[in-house]
Amino acid sequence: MKYMMLIADSKDGMARSTEEEQATYARIGAWWNEHGAAGRIIEGHELQPSSTATTVRIAPDGGTTVTDGPFVEGKEMVGGYGILDVPDLDAALALASTWPGTATALEIRPIVERDATS
Amino acid sequence: MTRRAEVDARLDAVLREERGRLTAALVRILRDWDLAEELVQEAAVTALEHWPAEGIPRNPGAWLMTAARRKAVDRLRRHARYRERMHELTAQATEMDRPIPTGGPMGADDRLRLLFTCCHPALNREAQVALTLRTIGGLETAAVARAFLVPEATVAQRLVRAKRKIRDAAIPYRVPDPAELPARLAEVLRVLYLVFNEGYLASSGDLPERRELATDAQWLTSLVARLMPDEPEVIGLLALMRLHLARADARFGADGSLILLPVQDRSRWDRAEISRAVELLARAERMNRPGTYQLQAAILATHAVAPSWAETPWSAVVALYDVLLRIEPTAVVALNRALAVAERDGPAPALADLEPLRERLDGYHLYHAARAEMLRRLGRDDEARQANRRALSLTDNPAERRLLEGRLSW
Repeated sequence: MKYMMLIADSKDGMARSTEEEQATYARIGAWWNEHGAAGRIIEGHELQPSSTATTVRIAPDGGTTVTDGPFVEGKEMVGGYGILDVPDLDAALALASTWPGTATALEIRPIVERDATS
Repeated sequence: MTRRAEVDARLDAVLREERGRLTAALVRILRDWDLAEELVQEAAVTALEHWPAEGIPRNPGAWLMTAARRKAVDRLRRHARYRERMHELTAQATEMDRPIPTGGPMGADDRLRLLFTCCHPALNREAQVALTLRTIGGLETAAVARAFLVPEATVAQRLVRAKRKIRDAAIPYRVPDPAELPARLAEVLRVLYLVFNEGYLASSGDLPERRELATDAQWLTSLVARLMPDEPEVIGLLALMRLHLARADARFGADGSLILLPVQDRSRWDRAEISRAVELLARAERMNRPGTYQLQAAILATHAVAPSWAETPWSAVVALYDVLLRIEPTAVVALNRALAVAERDGPAPALADLEPLRERLDGYHLYHAARAEMLRRLGRDDEARQANRRALSLTDNPAERRLLEGRLSW
């Protein structure tokens, strides 16, 4: 079962200035490598801060507009994502619960997989 | 030839007991809640066709399971994607046809797995409640809707959304691992207690469906207690519900008005049921893992065995609240402790204990009702009436309103 794990932070972007922040960043790297090697995370990336985001909107009539910023302005900004491959939701939740950072929210969304036999 | 009415009655009773188990077994194999429910329904229809002529089978539950399983095989034959599950359907026949759960190793019963799915934290509370009552409790969607005073379409919608999420997000069917169990079991017990309270707090004038929720919740909890006999909090919750139900008859006057504990006619309490519940609680306490339900039950048990309100051992009650407050430091527990303090030390210290809770409980009618009572005992009648009016403005429950209105006419 594949899930997308969206990682959102109240701070926009992963600060790496203090020693503590650098240590957290290193723990996240190790965590990512460990689960990647075990095949539980099949891909994923850290994203540049939402200040670098650009949104393209396509109106019902097909017209497009391009605006600066992410499509949802909220307290939590998506700062990265991973694609998980685990047996079920409990496994995905357990994995997300061990995320080494703090003040983070992780959204777990199942990925639509086309059933080859149907 | 068995009379039709007898068949109907017997089938109703069997379904009440067995629907959850049949559905759970089918869901486990088919991973499809709607199909599982349909198959159980179809099996019931088949029973209505066969039983009047052939007589009621010796083991109606197993008969229904066999019928549902045959229907499942018929349906699945047409779908290639179910082929693997079909194999399991036939292979598992012996286990599924087992008439009575063996009470073997934990998790042996499909209903327990399914209950943890129904009460999964990834589902919202309304969905947890509706799924539990519908799937494990065997209530019809319409009955769940009537009990919770919401339109049937709303409940149906909640069920559809929840089942879709279970399927699409792959919420598993299993009893959680020991590491997760305490938190997940607490979630299950919260759902069961919420259902119980929804029924127990309903006033006598309400629909019977609401009152029956309390019995349904008690039945579900006793099921969990049978399936998880080593969990003291499950037994504690069961004892708590039974202690409440044992004095249910004394809670309402002939006119439907609410009668509070201090003035209840204790001769109308079910003494035999109380001693059974007290024994049950003692069994949980011997496991030496105290918890909120065991403590709440212990408090209620202290009241239940006291000969009168005046002869209640208030120091013991306050001490139990102190322990409960450590486990569950909520304002509502502190409010109840203050009421016990009032009996032990008088209204002035109790009123002082109530003051710091005001900010957190200002929207809670029982907080103002408690303040009103303390103020009245202190002879501060105007303030008491004011607090009662505030309490009255915060509750819609007709029996509680009658009680508070009565107090305003002092």
